[in-house]
Amino acid sequence: MDEGTELSLSIAQIVQRLKGSHLHSQIERQAKDCLHRPEIKLESLKEDVRSYLKTSGWEKKLQNAVYRELHLQLPPSHPTAPPEHLKEPLAYMRKAQASWEKRILKSLNSMSTELGVPLARQVGRPAAEQKELTDKWNEMGTDEPDLSRFRPVYAPKDFLEVLIGLRNPNHDSREEIGARSHWGLIQVPLNVRDIPQLRQAYSELNLNSGQLGIDDHAHVHPDLFENDYVQTGQKVVVEQDSAAAQQYSRRGCPTGLRADLWALILNSTNQQQDVMHYEQLKAGVIQHDLLVDNLIYKDVKLTASNDDYYFVFEDFLYQVLLCFSRDTGVLEHFKYNSATPPKSYLHGKVGDEDYAVVYPPNGVVPFHGFSMYVAPLCFLYNEPSKLYSVFREMYIRYFFRLHSISSSFSGIVSLCLQFERLLQTHLPQLFYHLRQIGAQPLRIAFKWMVRAFSGYLSTDQLLLLWDRILGYDSLEVVAVLAAAVFAFRAENLMEVTSLASAEAVLADLSTLKVIPLIQIFLFATAI
Amino acid sequence: MSKFSDGRQPISCTVKAPVYLQIGESRAETAQSGVCVVDVALPFGKAVSIEEITFKNYYTAYITVRLLRRTSARDGPTKWCTALRDLLLMDNPHTERGSQDYYSIHRDQMLVEADHVVSVRLILKQPSSAWLAFSLEEIKIFPRMEPEPEKEVSDWLSDLILVDQHPDVEGLPDPQTVSSSIQQMWALTEVMQTNQTTASIGRFDVDGCYDIDLLSLT
Repeated sequence: MDEGTELSLSIAQIVQRLKGSHLHSQIERQAKDCLHRPEIKLESLKEDVRSYLKTSGWEKKLQNAVYRELHLQLPPSHPTAPPEHLKEPLAYMRKAQASWEKRILKSLNSMSTELGVPLARQVGRPAAEQKELTDKWNEMGTDEPDLSRFRPVYAPKDFLEVLIGLRNPNHDSREEIGARSHWGLIQVPLNVRDIPQLRQAYSELNLNSGQLGIDDHAHVHPDLFENDYVQTGQKVVVEQDSAAAQQYSRRGCPTGLRADLWALILNSTNQQQDVMHYEQLKAGVIQHDLLVDNLIYKDVKLTASNDDYYFVFEDFLYQVLLCFSRDTGVLEHFKYNSATPPKSYLHGKVGDEDYAVVYPPNGVVPFHGFSMYVAPLCFLYNEPSKLYSVFREMYIRYFFRLHSISSSFSGIVSLCLQFERLLQTHLPQLFYHLRQIGAQPLRIAFKWMVRAFSGYLSTDQLLLLWDRILGYDSLEVVAVLAAAVFAFRAENLMEVTSLASAEAVLADLSTLKVIPLIQIFLFATAI
Repeated sequence: MSKFSDGRQPISCTVKAPVYLQIGESRAETAQSGVCVVDVALPFGKAVSIEEITFKNYYTAYITVRLLRRTSARDGPTKWCTALRDLLLMDNPHTERGSQDYYSIHRDQMLVEADHVVSVRLILKQPSSAWLAFSLEEIKIFPRMEPEPEKEVSDWLSDLILVDQHPDVEGLPDPQTVSSSIQQMWALTEVMQTNQTTASIGRFDVDGCYDIDLLSLT
């Protein structure tokens, strides 16, 4: 397709998506209301209304909405490409994802049958229970339901085994040792970037640029970098421009501005209709009781509640995650996610498409550690509807890629491969040693990457890392950090003689400063 | 834009079996050369103008398109020419990107005019030894749609139209303005109808009921 056609197709798609949105009706109303203003003249009606919308900030809001749609838009594709090709172009990956999903569904079904707990209760929650839940909404953490029978549907290590087993049937993977030998566990030949290419892509992180996370430390005078940078950040927030905020975030967000900047980048508003949407989801939680609710409770109790930094946010996590699982708007992201939402039929109507439903309503089955995607955001937002809105946007842009099998650049398979390649290319001695002692590096790093390091780094460092994920619109920096951590602890790792001791060396990452590590790994490694 | 009209029909052509070029003299010592030739024969006797060739890639890195064209005259001699040389399909032959994507080659991209074509030869190259096989799938050739000669329709229409006499109207609005404003109103109602909201309602239950037994595994 030539560029002109691609552009008109993109524009048509974006217009279609924005047409029925709340922003559209707001702008229409604004345009109508401004007609009685003195500066609007009949002869030049169109231009006057346009310039009014510009000066009152509505054009900027529209620009931000378009920018957000560009992030989520499917890449321009061939007209004959079927929808499954848009979700994932490689057939063997689609197949692997489908069989992985089948395993999850079977596991969920058998949990339901064994425990005698229905996936969703027949008549919804009884009225008395609904009232009780409404009263207790802000302190669900005090509830101590019996969760001992429930276990997570799967854990990251189960998913890792599936990824290790991924094979391209057309790939010649004979065992001869050659220049192309890959020492790691991931055996699919995806495109991943190496350090020279990463240096170009992440040029704002180079040694000559000031960064938050390095140049805002106590011993560096704030006039050298920090004060000016914070001032620039304040201007960006006042301008309310998504694209500028994203560019700014590449060098870090100041703590005081981070909440506003992230909301701007994700175009996540907290207006009347967002609050109403959240209330609607809350009503969905109160009316219907789902099996996945117990899985969510269990996950929060096992992970976030046990974490020194996040246990205070337990109640928020329930509020966000329970509502998240009722949000049918999330189903939209399955257009570009290689995964497919689980389907079911109402009781007694199996096979009747009129009674087909998605379970859970948002199509996402939570796994062990899922609540850690939400926990760090609790430091930034204390209003549940705002926290929800930001998390949802982050999930449908980034986090879903961490637990589905796809060939996408930011997908977990590419991240794992990139981590292993970076290690093999730049720390071959370390990689070889770890392999020899039976400690494949990916087995240690996988759990960090699947959670985007949430729960492993101290929160200020984690938020600095997530600044860069938002700024560069890619999860690559997670793989780079994983390799950088191994590089940092290389000396200790060369001494160990078993997987257990290697894990012990890398068990505690809470003292690490991530930006210096990333910067040194990318810009100071000899090539 | 002809690219998006679904009314197009591909020409029924025969795609011959791909011929993989081998290196080496005796049968026992042949090695893959990474080059493959696919001939696509167009219906016999018909010389076609090609609008577009579409296909689905399967691990081919480069494609060269050669056309066998008949030089103007009906039964004139035919000549091979190169329409496209080494179009890149996979930007790194060793890795997956582009390996299973859909592509089109439009006549505007070709170096020669794709008219009076009798046969098409696709030369596929895959220099990487990482792959066991490479080919193309779903090869379709779309002919050039000739625009309808407009003269014919207007010819017989003009026979039917009698002399256009202005009817004798007095005190009535000009029919031209009335019809144009009616047209505008109709267009407005069409726009209102098509302005469907894209926002979903958000209900996940069916009539208040969300009673599920088991998840469907199919």
